[in-house]
Amino acid sequence: MDLSAINPTLLLASLMVAATPLLLAAIGELVVERAGVLNLGVEGMMITGAICGFAIAVNTGSPILGLVAAALGGAVLSLLFAALTQYALANQVASGLALTLFGLGLSALIGQGYQGIKPPSFPKADIPLLSDIPFLGGVLFRHDFVVYLAIALTAVVWWVLKYSRIGLVLRAVGENHDAAHALGYKVVRIRVAAICFGGACAGLGGAYISLIRVPQWTEGMTAGIGWIALALVVFASWKPWRAMLGAYLFGGITVLQLNLQAAGVAIPVEYLAMSPYLITIIVLVIMSADKSRAPAALGRSFHASQ
Amino acid sequence: MLRLEKRPQPSRLWTYLTPVLAVVLTMLCGGLLFSFLGKDPVLAIRTIFWEPLFSEFAFYYRPQLLVKGAPLVLIAIGLSLGFKAGIWNIGAEGQYIIGALCGAGVALAFYPMEAAFIFPLMVLAGGLGGWAWAMIPAFLKVRFGTNEILVSLMLVYVAEQLLASMSLGLLKNPQGFGFPGSRNLQQYPSAHNAELIAGTGMHWGVVAALIAVIFAYVLLNRHMQGFYIRLTGDAPRAARFAGVSPTRLVLFCLGVSGALAGLAGLFEVAGPSGVVSIDFNAGYGFTAIIVAFLGRLHPVGILMAGGLMALTYVGGDIAQSKLGLPKAAIQLFQGMLLFFLLAVDLTTNYRIRLRRKEAS
Amino acid sequence: MKLSKLLATAAVALGMATGAMAEDKTKVGFVFVGPIGDGGWTYEHNKGRLAVEQEFGDKVETVFVESVPEGPDAERVMTQMALEGADLIFTTSFGYMDPTINVAAKFPNVKFEHATGYKRADNVSTYSARFYEGRAIQGHIAGKMTKSNIVGYIGSYPIPEVIRGINSAFSHARKANPDVQFKIVWAYTWFDPAKEAEAAKVLIEQGADIILQHTDSTAPQAAAQEAGNVYTFGQASDMAEYGPKPRISSIIDDWAPYYIARTRAVMDGTWTSTDTWDGIGPGMVGIGEISSEVPADVKAEALALKDAIAKGEYHPFTGPLNKQDGSAWLAAGETADDGTLLGMNFYVEGIEGTIPQ
Repeated sequence: MDLSAINPTLLLASLMVAATPLLLAAIGELVVERAGVLNLGVEGMMITGAICGFAIAVNTGSPILGLVAAALGGAVLSLLFAALTQYALANQVASGLALTLFGLGLSALIGQGYQGIKPPSFPKADIPLLSDIPFLGGVLFRHDFVVYLAIALTAVVWWVLKYSRIGLVLRAVGENHDAAHALGYKVVRIRVAAICFGGACAGLGGAYISLIRVPQWTEGMTAGIGWIALALVVFASWKPWRAMLGAYLFGGITVLQLNLQAAGVAIPVEYLAMSPYLITIIVLVIMSADKSRAPAALGRSFHASQ
Repeated sequence: MLRLEKRPQPSRLWTYLTPVLAVVLTMLCGGLLFSFLGKDPVLAIRTIFWEPLFSEFAFYYRPQLLVKGAPLVLIAIGLSLGFKAGIWNIGAEGQYIIGALCGAGVALAFYPMEAAFIFPLMVLAGGLGGWAWAMIPAFLKVRFGTNEILVSLMLVYVAEQLLASMSLGLLKNPQGFGFPGSRNLQQYPSAHNAELIAGTGMHWGVVAALIAVIFAYVLLNRHMQGFYIRLTGDAPRAARFAGVSPTRLVLFCLGVSGALAGLAGLFEVAGPSGVVSIDFNAGYGFTAIIVAFLGRLHPVGILMAGGLMALTYVGGDIAQSKLGLPKAAIQLFQGMLLFFLLAVDLTTNYRIRLRRKEAS
Repeated sequence: MKLSKLLATAAVALGMATGAMAEDKTKVGFVFVGPIGDGGWTYEHNKGRLAVEQEFGDKVETVFVESVPEGPDAERVMTQMALEGADLIFTTSFGYMDPTINVAAKFPNVKFEHATGYKRADNVSTYSARFYEGRAIQGHIAGKMTKSNIVGYIGSYPIPEVIRGINSAFSHARKANPDVQFKIVWAYTWFDPAKEAEAAKVLIEQGADIILQHTDSTAPQAAAQEAGNVYTFGQASDMAEYGPKPRISSIIDDWAPYYIARTRAVMDGTWTSTDTWDGIGPGMVGIGEISSEVPADVKAEALALKDAIAKGEYHPFTGPLNKQDGSAWLAAGETADDGTLLGMNFYVEGIEGTIPQ
């Protein structure tokens, strides 16, 4: 055992990278759930984003275009879910699961012929001056720009939800859609927009894996990260900054356990891997005493005639 | 402009017509997809839907439909009770795993003793295991008011990790040359959930699924508890006035669905699968949610939906090997089927009206 | 059993039918555990399938089903292939072992080949590759090339196959460089590219400048490339797109020669149940091009080692070798028997850490 082999700077830095796809997907889903919609199809949208981004990046040679395409791909797929749940008033749980199944199949079909290809590499954004600060520079300022994008997105979502009118309306729709409707807000339109935003974020998160984190395309490569993102939103009790904290915690547990293993510490890996989920449950229990609970209309269909 | 108008009560005609409509729509779109992939669309769809039922080898595929469909129906029946009452257990996958682990654990603890009591004991352990796993979200919901959707989902991942740990550790076959996975229960007669009549695919899991369908039907139509379930789902406030205890209902619905999922896992591990391995769970718990909705939360509907799902699995595999269709296309096809079924469902509860442009 | 009789009759009837219909077409079925696009294990098996088609052209028809869960689904898919007239069925995952034996019992005239298992029957052969032979060459190169004397190793699950690879790589790295240390990380997954990337990064951060992997994605190669001065080896497929650096060589699963040979045996009627465990010699394990980053003398040594193993002159597990606890395992000159290798559940002397149980 040699714990000194773990370099805290590098540990924290890689933790930020590991958390990014999770954070992106979770922030998107958070907005969706705040609007009162439960979309269980995050995994399907992520993997679709991963292949859309990969294909476009390979074909155009531009990873930036790839990211844009990934966001678009995720959003378009989420429109299917929106059409089902918002216009056809289908059950959200079932529609979300169907979306995941559909997305996994679709991505595998699109992805035929993209195996074993190396995508164009992504520029790293060492922020001048800041990246030279000892410790903090290494932890915070030597990443690709998507890492910062995810954090900026968190800040924006937080601000919009808390201070802007759009945020207020969104939350009103999520808490009580009938009241929001009575006040003259377009409940369905707002929810569709939220779902689209969630899809775009999930797609971006998927592309982060296929273009930057791994980078390659293989079928089913998101390997369940979308489901973890769902857990994360709950863990965060639908608050953006807590989602970021949670992403670092969830991502961090993986990185930390790998670090401990490499340092020769004998740890029960399976039990450590369970811990984020158990912690989430505990958080849920603690939260129940708190005022911050789930959006009241979460998962319920809305139709104006009701 | 299209406008939706809620029907005073669900249309009987459309209730029966929509599944047919959805299947037809799926066939059309699926056919397009298959021809886009360069396959004969008619042949592909025929292979998926017709081949398992009526081809030359149907004598083998028909029993396989039972084997594939039984766990789906068993789990979906349990889930539908809760779904009707607005209690969302989406962690059946976890309860399925725990049921299998408990049941197999009992069997392996007695190995190699042969005794008649072992299998019943396993069934008991499987059901109890699933029940106990579902009681966690149930208890947390009634005691702390936590959301059961999320807790039950979290517990799926916990169960998956437990499964990995067990198949690499405690339940590992000591004569398996160090490979992960337990002893094969098919080779342990007292624990084997064998076919009751050889060649029919009928094992105890299928029997249990059929019993569950009847049980659910009677419960929902002839029993007070069933009435409470429906009442709570339709009008929660009225239910409270009628003296329904939400606490007891949550415990009941989650408990039943957990126990049935646990049983499904037990019957699977003791019968068709035989082994506890890292990848033992093949997604039945999640697919069953879809089955429950496809069946409109009605016991008979679920029975048919389970059959339909099983058909697309069995037929899909045939299409893969006979026509070289990629698995992804089959997945996409199943996804489409679900989308269409969910989408056309609208017509049972709503009337679609054309409306002239209004000044609003 | 009634069913088995029924099935057997059907199979015989069908065998006759197809025999009469298309005497010359041999039908070969493949059951895959992953998608053929996984870029690793299943991808290579599918390449073997394509090689069979290439080799025999019109005389052969191949069918496959991908992503088949281990258990009843596998059993059904195998039965379906047998019913539809397959003459030879390759089942390519350890978890298909019992289903293969079950189905084979019902179809005595169909030949089955099960990869990586240990149960055989009159019509069931097993086959596997001695990947540890390739690991020995990797270990040697790694021992020579490391500057930090730390080699990182990403394992999937702690099972004999993986442990064997670690022991082989380690003992040869030690021979080449007595100061070398292995850092071993278990990913607890067969397939999760993001996690593999993290594992590689962690190892690099902890000082490893060579990464060996027993997982199939190229994520570790990408992580090494980003880090700069780290070398890796391709796994399962050549991963040549990451050469000449960081990928300096590779172990390639090459099932094609075996699949072609077995298909031919079925055509000739010479097929018998065998237990094949082939390595570099017969070409089941390929060593990818050793890149220009490797100094000429190291490359020459590695190639010499490869030749010696291929010719059977050298066994990668040749004594003296002790177990991790210091107890004697192999005396000088003694080679390991296959039984011990198959169930290997201990580290050799010098490796730090314990195998998780």
